[in-house]
Amino acid sequence: MDPIFIWWIGEAAPDRALLDHAALHLGRAFGRPVREWSSPERPRHAYDPKRKQHLSGAILKWLLEAGPGAGKVLGVTDRDLFIPILTYVFGEGQLGGGAAVVSIARLLEDVELIGPQLLLERLAKEAVHEVGHAFGLLHCATPVCVMARSSGVRNVDEKKPELCSECRRRLEELQTGGPR
Amino acid sequence: MSNERTRILVVDDEEIVRESLGGWLEKDGYSVHVAVDGFAALEKLKAERWSILIVDLKMPGMDGLQVLEEAKKLQPELAVVIMTAYATVDTAVAAMKLGAYDYLVKPFDPEELSLMMQKIVSQQTLVRENAVLRQALKREYRFRDLLSKSPAMQAVFELARTAARSNSTILVLGESGSGKEVLARAIHQESPRAEGPFVAVSCAALTESLLESELFGHEKGAFTGAIARRKGKFEAAHGGTLFLDEVGDIGSKLQLDLLRVLEERRFHRIGGNESVDVDVRIIAATNRDLKRAVGEGKFREDLFYRLNVIPILIPPLRDRREDIPLLVESFVERLSVEMKKRLDGVSSEAMSALMAHDWPGNVRELRNILERGAVVCTGPVIQLPDLGLPGKPDAAPRPGTLASLEEVERRHVSAVLAHTGGNVSQSARILGIDRVTLYNKMRKWGLRRDGEDEPPRDDNGAR
Ligand SMILES: [Zn+2]
Ligand SMILES: [Zn+2]
Repeated sequence: MDPIFIWWIGEAAPDRALLDHAALHLGRAFGRPVREWSSPERPRHAYDPKRKQHLSGAILKWLLEAGPGAGKVLGVTDRDLFIPILTYVFGEGQLGGGAAVVSIARLLEDVELIGPQLLLERLAKEAVHEVGHAFGLLHCATPVCVMARSSGVRNVDEKKPELCSECRRRLEELQTGGPR
Repeated sequence: MSNERTRILVVDDEEIVRESLGGWLEKDGYSVHVAVDGFAALEKLKAERWSILIVDLKMPGMDGLQVLEEAKKLQPELAVVIMTAYATVDTAVAAMKLGAYDYLVKPFDPEELSLMMQKIVSQQTLVRENAVLRQALKREYRFRDLLSKSPAMQAVFELARTAARSNSTILVLGESGSGKEVLARAIHQESPRAEGPFVAVSCAALTESLLESELFGHEKGAFTGAIARRKGKFEAAHGGTLFLDEVGDIGSKLQLDLLRVLEERRFHRIGGNESVDVDVRIIAATNRDLKRAVGEGKFREDLFYRLNVIPILIPPLRDRREDIPLLVESFVERLSVEMKKRLDGVSSEAMSALMAHDWPGNVRELRNILERGAVVCTGPVIQLPDLGLPGKPDAAPRPGTLASLEEVERRHVSAVLAHTGGNVSQSARILGIDRVTLYNKMRKWGLRRDGEDEPPRDDNGAR
């Protein structure tokens, strides 16, 4: 079974606890081996000096070229991400594709106040969410489901790091090529 | 996804915008299609139905406002959202004037975008559901402008529908405010005469001589003040329907005149010799007990039979309380449109009071009370105090005046009779006495079957 690769592409040094926690939840949600990928390369071309943010779509393209070339690859960054129409995004996943990216930049709110565990939880949720898109899952109407849309960090806190039963069923259908 | 996905069309000349917006909305479960310019968008709008159009303001060839204008012509119920890089008040105002749902300033907040889409979808769903409901309501409960789900009224509608097809004279009976004229209009509309005029005359509003000239018209110089020839309502209703409201109120001379017209279908204008032929269908209405008036010699028996060819009795509102919520909803909706004021309905407290009220003035009273409520209420929901519902007519003696036991008993019996609509058996059951005892009391106190003070009639006398 193709693994999910998790790749720290932040500017700061990687935070082991953060990546391990995300890997744990990814493995649980998708029932696949999760491996770490590493390389000193960074998608610096994705930076937009006018917006002082990174274009998430450009990062996705780069992940596919520079990454392991198999399975799914999730880039984790500390840079702030955007897509042209939106002020920011937590991350982006190619719908039914090979790459996903997630940022901790907007997940840091209140972390200093409440503790590092909050960031661990939030990142794990958004990692599962974006990789879920790469597996072909759409947004879910169940608010606690990890595939529920998060427009703000509060929504992220409300969700669980797991797929709801409906999304799990849907994921199975997608793997086995069942009804669309 | 089991239910049909909302179809969104995104129009932007920049590929990166089409892609990122399309991708975002796709993940939300919408079915998204893109167009590179206004012309391509309009082609797609001509070919298929869309729920939402998101269009960029600045595009070469045809700008967003032009697309909006054309799109609204093609699909008026389409929700159009304008995207712009810079919001100027002018463009925003122009967009809204042209019927845009809203506009978004790039880059927009993710929450803003998703919420806006959700809002549009739920509103469109609501509109669709309401339209379906309203259609169903119309089919089920409506006879033209009359709204009712009570079995008694459904029977009235059935009879009215059948009667409409004939040319026979109809006598509509019912308390004041019960909708006799509305029913008469509905019958006219359903009849083969629908293309012809519907002319209504209230016989109680005029003196006998004025009414006579109103009905038959007059020649110049027929009486003082008749400075020109004037056509009457009979002539005005030629080819259509003449509605004679409160026909029980006309005097004996006019009763005779009316009888003649009904028999001969021709008449003379006042002061004229020439006879005028008319083709008029008569619908008469009264809140009086005409048969009784005949018995008392106040109404011509021959005229009564001429009018009473097809009698239709509209039950009073208190006998069909199940219609009150339906009527309230319909009136509130209409008032909201008429007054250009947002009205969502009445509070549950107000509704219970409306359900409990006895409605001596029937549907008209209900409408008036709601109109008052709609004017007075400060929020979108009409509250109980807004209605200014009159208290119960003093069924109990006012505090401070000590009434005799018999007086209290008389008032109570009267109230029960009013409540049951004069049904003696039912009233006797409620009062816990037998019918003979109740009759004796009614006779003694001069109570009528409907609880008003007047001599009682024979117990099984038909109305
Ligand atoms: Zn998502
Ligand atoms: Zn779900």
